[in-house]
Amino acid sequence: MFHLPPLTPPYKRRGNKCHELIFMEFNAIYVLVAREFKKFIRERSRLVSAIARPLLWLFLVGAGMSRLVSPDAGMPYTQFIFPGILGMTILFSSVFSSISIIWDKEFGFFREILAAPVSRMSIVIGKGLSGTVVSTIQAAIVLMLFPVLGLRLGPLQIVEVLIISIALSFCISTFGILLATFYESYESFSVIMNFIIMPMFFLSGAMYPVKLLPKPLAVAAQLNPLTYGIDALKNVIFPVEEGPMSADFGLVTDMAVILILSFAFVVISARLFERKK
Amino acid sequence: MPIIRVENLVKSYGSLTAVDGISFEVEEGTIFGFLGPNGAGKTTTINVLCTLISATSGKAFINGYDCLKEPSRVRKSIGIVFQDTTLDKDLTAYENLVFHAYLYGVKKSEIKGRVHDALNFVQLYERKDDLVKKYSGGMKRRLEVARGLIHQPRVLFLDEPTLGLDPQSRANLWGVITEMPKKHNVTIFMTTHYMEEAEVCDKIAIIDNGKIIAEGSPEELKKTVGGDVISLRTRDNEWSAGEIRKMFGIDSVEKDGELYLTTGRGDSCIPELIRGLGDNVLSVKLQRPTINDVFLKLTGKAIRDEDVSGMSNIKEEVRAYRRRH
Repeated sequence: MFHLPPLTPPYKRRGNKCHELIFMEFNAIYVLVAREFKKFIRERSRLVSAIARPLLWLFLVGAGMSRLVSPDAGMPYTQFIFPGILGMTILFSSVFSSISIIWDKEFGFFREILAAPVSRMSIVIGKGLSGTVVSTIQAAIVLMLFPVLGLRLGPLQIVEVLIISIALSFCISTFGILLATFYESYESFSVIMNFIIMPMFFLSGAMYPVKLLPKPLAVAAQLNPLTYGIDALKNVIFPVEEGPMSADFGLVTDMAVILILSFAFVVISARLFERKK
Repeated sequence: MPIIRVENLVKSYGSLTAVDGISFEVEEGTIFGFLGPNGAGKTTTINVLCTLISATSGKAFINGYDCLKEPSRVRKSIGIVFQDTTLDKDLTAYENLVFHAYLYGVKKSEIKGRVHDALNFVQLYERKDDLVKKYSGGMKRRLEVARGLIHQPRVLFLDEPTLGLDPQSRANLWGVITEMPKKHNVTIFMTTHYMEEAEVCDKIAIIDNGKIIAEGSPEELKKTVGGDVISLRTRDNEWSAGEIRKMFGIDSVEKDGELYLTTGRGDSCIPELIRGLGDNVLSVKLQRPTINDVFLKLTGKAIRDEDVSGMSNIKEEVRAYRRRH
């Protein structure tokens, strides 16, 4: 048998087969992450400030505040805020990474991405994973401080913390993408920082236990995705399981909320990236 | 079969109709010029064809695929050079092209070769490892053209490719663009409001207020304005005008001491004219109609008379419409 050449020109065949389509989507996700990673490594100042911020909070705010916290609360205050500081590292770096979409819109690069023959879902996942990679790296660096604070973590706990960090980073990154779909220029950045990111941080149980908050604030905290991430970290990191400073929810609840929210953020953002009217 | 087919395309934003029922076809391997003043609907049309926005009604096909129903296939068939730069300035030229190759699903084994070829084609290979933020405007535009070719599209869209470039970069870019149909087997769809640039097109459509008001090759369009204008200075205008009437049967007009006559084929008229008028002729000038004259005749205004505030109003209105919906 002779192998007959295809009758349709090659360009007509391109992308028709299922595995080729999947290959294209993976390629797109990969290259979005690779771009973010490359820029992350290139911008030293971003890495330095990303590491400096948690250090300031831990050692300046944490050390100062620890004087106000009763020693019989269950643990030193600097230990209490450690999961919150990890959460903060993830919050800021994930949101920064996703908010860069607004920059890309401003400088036009986002049109290059939107004009590509890949599904909007892959674009959201790719951007979400970009934030996940850079945030998890930064969280891992901050995590290495645990012995300094007198915490004792075994290898299993460290792996658990990293897994939670990955899930939380993805959740916050996709949340950031959703935010970015509503803004067109970087002037809106300070609005996002002051009215969304800072309240999210303060109402996440990072600085004070959610169970001690007054009712309206506690409700707000329970609507905050970051709360569940930090709570999951508390569940793993804290040696005590009871007392005012212990975790507020179960680890399973925390992870379930994070995963469901991530899924919702991805689906909604992908819908919003569809063609404009 | 034409590579691009548009039928009765309409795009409206509330009460504003940006594109008002246009139809046209573009043959494969040609350069098609879409001309019109700012705000005429050029970019809106491009955005519909590139599947970036939806249409209100009508049909559009590229490479046999429906722009409104098969966006992914259309996107694979086209390359786009947007009006504004869409490069990542913090990456190198090389990285920008590799990024694009991955995004368009180019096979890994082919990426390197294609990126090298594209960079060579636009003469940026030596600067491939520079960050794009160090590039000049002309280099950026050339890099974007190179990027548009990486995934071997059937059609390359160029939206105002020379806008804001200095004359040298413009000429350079034109060299690149006119070479493309043959070298890369690609059809060019370009918009411009620089009428003189439209001369290189095989076919032109002129759009104004969302409607196509003229279509044809540059030569055909220029014929519609009535031919070439010869202006001459003579020792005796009155006598010369009479001679010209005798020779060609055309009345010439005297203005500022010069005689103007309009004729179909100016270049073949001149020798006869000089033979007839002898050493009465002091100087002869031949003016051929430009595409701008075509536009002027059709709309009564020059194409460059762009009302900037009017333009930003349209953009504002589109933005407001998007916010509401």
